[in-house]
Amino acid sequence: MTDAAVEHTERSRLPTRRALLGAVRGFALAPALVVLFIVGIFTSPAFFTTANFSNTAQFSAALGMVVVAESLILLTGSFDLSLQSVYGLAPMIGAWLIVPKDGQGLGTHWNPAIGILIVLAIGGAVGLFNGFMVVKLRFNAFIFTLAMLILLAGLQQGIVSGRTIYEMPPSFIYLGSAYWGGFPVSAWATAAVFLVAALFLRYHRVGRAIYAIGGNLEAARAAGIKVDRVRIGVFAVAGMLAAAAGLMIAGQVVAVTANQGNNLIFTVFAAAVIGGISLDGGRGRMAGAFTGVVLLGLVNNVLVLRNTSTFWIDAANGAIILVALGVARVVGTDKT
Amino acid sequence: MTSVEGTDSGRPDQFRPPAADAESISKAFGRTKALQDVSLTVEPGECHALVGRNGAGKSTLVAILTGLLKPDTGSVRLYGEPAPSLSDRAGWQERVACVYQRSMVIPTLSVGENIFLNRTEGSLVHWQELRRQSRKLLLEWGFDLDVDQLAAELSVEQKQIVEIARALAIGARFLILDEPTASLESRAIERLFERIRRVKESGVAILYISHHLEEVYEVCDRATVLRDGKRIVTAPVTELDHEQLVTAMVGGELARAIRDQTPRTDDAEGAPRLSVRGLSVQTPLGSVEEVSLDVRAGECVGLFGLRGSGTVAIADAVAGLVKPSAGAIELDGGPLQPGRVDIALRKGVGYVPEDRHARGFVPTLGVAENLTLPILERLSRWGLVSSNKRQAAADALSVRLQIVASSSEQPVAELSGGNQQKVVVGRALAAQPSLLVVVSPTVGVDVASKEALLGVIDAARKDGAAVLLVSDDLDELRICTRVLIVRRGKIVKEFREAPWDRHELIAAAEGLEVAA
Repeated sequence: MTDAAVEHTERSRLPTRRALLGAVRGFALAPALVVLFIVGIFTSPAFFTTANFSNTAQFSAALGMVVVAESLILLTGSFDLSLQSVYGLAPMIGAWLIVPKDGQGLGTHWNPAIGILIVLAIGGAVGLFNGFMVVKLRFNAFIFTLAMLILLAGLQQGIVSGRTIYEMPPSFIYLGSAYWGGFPVSAWATAAVFLVAALFLRYHRVGRAIYAIGGNLEAARAAGIKVDRVRIGVFAVAGMLAAAAGLMIAGQVVAVTANQGNNLIFTVFAAAVIGGISLDGGRGRMAGAFTGVVLLGLVNNVLVLRNTSTFWIDAANGAIILVALGVARVVGTDKT
Repeated sequence: MTSVEGTDSGRPDQFRPPAADAESISKAFGRTKALQDVSLTVEPGECHALVGRNGAGKSTLVAILTGLLKPDTGSVRLYGEPAPSLSDRAGWQERVACVYQRSMVIPTLSVGENIFLNRTEGSLVHWQELRRQSRKLLLEWGFDLDVDQLAAELSVEQKQIVEIARALAIGARFLILDEPTASLESRAIERLFERIRRVKESGVAILYISHHLEEVYEVCDRATVLRDGKRIVTAPVTELDHEQLVTAMVGGELARAIRDQTPRTDDAEGAPRLSVRGLSVQTPLGSVEEVSLDVRAGECVGLFGLRGSGTVAIADAVAGLVKPSAGAIELDGGPLQPGRVDIALRKGVGYVPEDRHARGFVPTLGVAENLTLPILERLSRWGLVSSNKRQAAADALSVRLQIVASSSEQPVAELSGGNQQKVVVGRALAAQPSLLVVVSPTVGVDVASKEALLGVIDAARKDGAAVLLVSDDLDELRICTRVLIVRRGKIVKEFREAPWDRHELIAAAEGLEVAA
């Protein structure tokens, strides 16, 4: 074989190798997941059962949906802390308008379908507002969305005076309470959202624009991408996803508490970053974020099955997040 | 192989309108006339050089030719058609593409995607098609790049190729290259020239902007020289000799010699205070290789070179801001630990950085506090700063530098540019440095401040400090006792006898020999 031919085959082989490398990086957490599985199997006979996986999926579904939302914003190089308050406030207002007075509702008895639309509309509107303020008026994303987080969480408390809304109609909580084929609808929905988001980011022109904006905003603008519109749009979509996730959790616990969503955002960031979504924007994949969510779900599951004291679960979670970040650093998901 | 450019080439007999035709363009910003009645045509298949010193109006002309600015008077035609309106970005992009010094490549995307950025038809991306097309494009133009590679992994040269390929993919047949060789090493420059020739042969017009005159002779067909916003000359490069080109850039005989304020070199005595041996530094804004120089007490050594030549890299290395890859820096015979600003400072190195806004002062703090930042240790006891001592030290410096401020508490952000720069220089002088490293100390300041600043630096030298002055402003060099010329990371010439001859300095920095 001549040198040129060797070089040629070498070059044609490169892309496959690179794709393989990309796939490995996308699933950098796979070894950690395998370890967790093994630990789980040895921990309890209840681990490797459909019922347990179904429960874990249920537990992770709402979190996963918010992780998709935050990841989209992170990819454009920004972030929104107030997603956790949208997650609480939006279903709270929706439920408040449809349940009877003795379920802590307003007493308006609106149709549940309208309630669901209102939930999504609130999410979209808050996202749109945040996006506009951060992108157009150039407020600092951290401080502005933190203020929104506090404000919206306060509204959530204030509306019901700290009480819990219950007696929600089955159609309103269908997303969080029904099962299809032995698995919760919420898990199917979140899986579908992950898949659609991944395909959208990979194959849709706007999806590629999201990566371009996060990678180099000025260059994206110079290429004719409508940078502001995409960035604000992503905030709005993320708001809606967070609201839908809030609806899921409301369905699971068959109630909306006045502090639903508290502290959620930390776990969301942890899952996204563990999954290789860069905080600098422009880097990371939905597949990675998905494994991040699964990892956190399994960790929690294993800790519960081991009868770890609830008082220690947070500490264990924190430690495991640190370890996962270390692994991600070594494997290189946060480098290229 | 069918090629995209097929229709453009091979028909020289047919009339073709110029790729770009700017007619008597004028543009003013406030009272500054950036361009006055400048005309320029670039023919298809021509590489046209646009040269001039900083502030000559090159960037303004480029902004007008790429549709980022509207001329006050005059018109632009591209390939015979009137230029699109300013808001029609897509229209401009199809006609003219500019490869800026600042990279417009998105590091997180692949080469192929960067080339066809935001140019997908319909809303879905066809990855195979995108790969095939970009591979075809790269092959046609003879660019050797892997379309699947991540742009972040590319070298500066390769990123530039991506930008050129992107411009060609859009269909632009008029290409503006803004200082394309600024951060390339010499072999990469050769390859760039090869690419330029190939692109040119297919009928693409190129406007080539460069400080480096030898490049103009190498790849360009014609050259236009701008000075102070006016077109001085346009001619085929074969008809312009070096002397004519430099004269066109610098101006008439009037300013031939720099005003002689230069002190005698006799003040400098004894062993070198600063001794640099075999210094190699790599920075994004210029690198040097194996540079050696000495500065004695009472001496002011000027480092003159074009932007990116490496002069600033030397200063940064001496001040400890960047860590050199090789070489030794000694102060009074003792080694300076590389890359340690704190140690350099403690050993008596005062530094006036180039970017005063980024690292010269703390804008929110007052004048007095800024002036005394590096000497707080001396003004305090058990960590508590004596406000009396600080006030005294600050007042002395304020008087020496003639700083104009409402009070010594006034935040530096509120001062004029000239006074801000005085604060920066004062800060460097506060610790009474034995070596003062100064980078472009009078950039962007008014004439009176300039005189004051240069006077203070000169006085520090007379008091026995060694001064290393990095500048690309010939006027600043008048306080130097010696001038070293840096070109492409090497010291190429030394001037010992003041007054300096403008032509000789510039010619040496540009890499030209001027016939005496």
